[in-house]
Amino acid sequence: MDQFTLNLLFVGASFALYIGIAIWARAGSTSEFYAAGRGVHPITNGMATAADWMSAASFLSMAGLIAFVGYDNSAYLMGWTGGYVLLALLLAPYLRKFGKFTVPEFIGDRFYSPTARLVAVICLIVASVTYVIGQMTGVGVAFGRFLEVDNTTGLLIGAVVVFAYAVFGGMKGVTYTQVAQYIVLITAYTIPAVFISLQLTGNPIPALGLFGDHVASGEPLLARLDQIVAELGFSTYTERQTDLLNMVLFTLSLMIGTAGLPHVIMRFFTVPRVADARWSAGWALVFIALLYLTAPAVGAMARMNITDQMWPNGTSGDAVTLEQVETDPAYDWMANWQKTGLLALEDKNGDGMIQYYNDKSAALQERATAAGWTGNELTINNDILVLANPEIANLPGWVIGLIAAGGLAAALSTAAGLLLAISSAVSHDLFKGQLTPDMSEKSELLTARIAMAVAIAVATYLGINPPGFAAQTVALAFGLAASSIFPALMMGIFSKRINDKGAVAGMLVGLGVTLVYIFLHKGWLFIPDTNSFTDADPLLLGIKSTSFGAVGAMLNFATAILVSRSTEEPPQEIQDLVASVRIPRGAGAAIDH
Amino acid sequence: MAENSDNDYWEANLGLIKICLVIWALVSFGFGIVLRPLLSGISVGGTDLGFWFAQQGSILVFLALIFFYAWRMNKLDRDYGVEE
Repeated sequence: MDQFTLNLLFVGASFALYIGIAIWARAGSTSEFYAAGRGVHPITNGMATAADWMSAASFLSMAGLIAFVGYDNSAYLMGWTGGYVLLALLLAPYLRKFGKFTVPEFIGDRFYSPTARLVAVICLIVASVTYVIGQMTGVGVAFGRFLEVDNTTGLLIGAVVVFAYAVFGGMKGVTYTQVAQYIVLITAYTIPAVFISLQLTGNPIPALGLFGDHVASGEPLLARLDQIVAELGFSTYTERQTDLLNMVLFTLSLMIGTAGLPHVIMRFFTVPRVADARWSAGWALVFIALLYLTAPAVGAMARMNITDQMWPNGTSGDAVTLEQVETDPAYDWMANWQKTGLLALEDKNGDGMIQYYNDKSAALQERATAAGWTGNELTINNDILVLANPEIANLPGWVIGLIAAGGLAAALSTAAGLLLAISSAVSHDLFKGQLTPDMSEKSELLTARIAMAVAIAVATYLGINPPGFAAQTVALAFGLAASSIFPALMMGIFSKRINDKGAVAGMLVGLGVTLVYIFLHKGWLFIPDTNSFTDADPLLLGIKSTSFGAVGAMLNFATAILVSRSTEEPPQEIQDLVASVRIPRGAGAAIDH
Repeated sequence: MAENSDNDYWEANLGLIKICLVIWALVSFGFGIVLRPLLSGISVGGTDLGFWFAQQGSILVFLALIFFYAWRMNKLDRDYGVEE
């Protein structure tokens, strides 16, 4: 059986499983659509939250960013897990006690203002649409590879599938489908990592293998990796290259953003009790950590394997010959990925060999000139690394099929969940709640579908020329959520003094400044070539646009406090509401408006 | 009376949150990033302790923190009689 058929088989079987579970679970529990997670054990809920949370960015993109950059991108690891500490300590139990279903509802009630609710809806939509653009980038990579078409075609096919998936939509409410998706994606991520860890370090646990010894050389794996990438002129793997300020702000943006993303927060509104909201965040992080502890090992080991393949005679010897790449089955993955346009080989100096090195490194100029190299001859898109990883390591065909299924599970579940969050914000919070309160249920549903179609069209269009790799685009979405939603929620709980004017001003300043800063560096509305600055030479104090979310959050806090201090106190009943949110006693079931 | 005990409960909660957040910041921003040079003498598998904290250690501490907080708070809920 060829690889293409095998991939189709795995992807098809996993989809059949999700749909089967959805039909089976739905038959008994249509009425529980809104209350997903009610009466579900915190461990099961944690697994479902993990599936909802881990997207194409975590699954496909993150390990690649770590592999080709090294230590600096540990920010993704710390940021996307550290946010759960903020969620568990600062938001989840109180939002559960409050007992409504959506983030704009909480903000609208706490700040006793329809304007605040409207602004929260806008913040939510801006952050979620940016997030979907990142997902679509990942969807394009996954579909492109497994259908063996170019990236853009893959993206368009993926968009149709995501749309269909989200419209059949009830799946979001079906916790067990997400549990199945979690199991598929974690298995798909772990199995190849275990094989590769055994090959390279002899340790079956990738997280331990990363800090173990490289079998072939007998040296510690990371020391060996540092040495070979340095010989090719790349920056060393374990040293910091980014400046301290950007790394700290970037990590902080990702953490605050995690705690400000509506589709994650929503899961904690509906657990049975306040105590469960505290446990659920912990269980979600357990299941997320299983992937996140493996990811840095996947990155480092893949970098090692690629470098070894390109330099079979060692990094100081001759590079791999073009003939070997074309005829040796170990190099088949390169031909496969060339079809997607995300990997390119070019024998620039015509010496019949493929030199993979950093042609911008001054230290390597001498060697390059002496050996007649005229530039780097292999370009790899970071986002393909996780999917290509089993092929690079020559693992059996079924492992490759499995990872295709896992990547699609990660991208589709999150993209569909986000589209549902956007469509419910538009139809429920915006139209039904604000503009046309007497709208019929039928036209509410229609509005939701239209909102979904518009969101996916925008995301697909921008996904063809994305502002960055999948995880980088997603990082921008986190910056936007960090600067707008998290501060409003936190101040709503921890301060009785913040009033409606303060919260609205804070959100507008936080979101506005962050959005403008991002557009100045990534192009207005992310349209290429409309930017005035680049992240290599940023506008303010060297702060990159991906790191700016933390600054936006601080501006939000400062504005809200200043404006509230200089205007009147919130009314007594709102202060009583805040007092009651802080105490678990008397929490009823969550209620919808 | 209930008012006072609710205030004490909230103060105890805030104290616990502060301790947890100090540890949260120390392992990630501290050991993982800013204080990494200070830990460079302690080697772990071909690199140093700060690198381990940045890629794995901080995640493990985050997990421990969330479960510790949940356990302590559930006990606090009972002590102050504010549980559901």
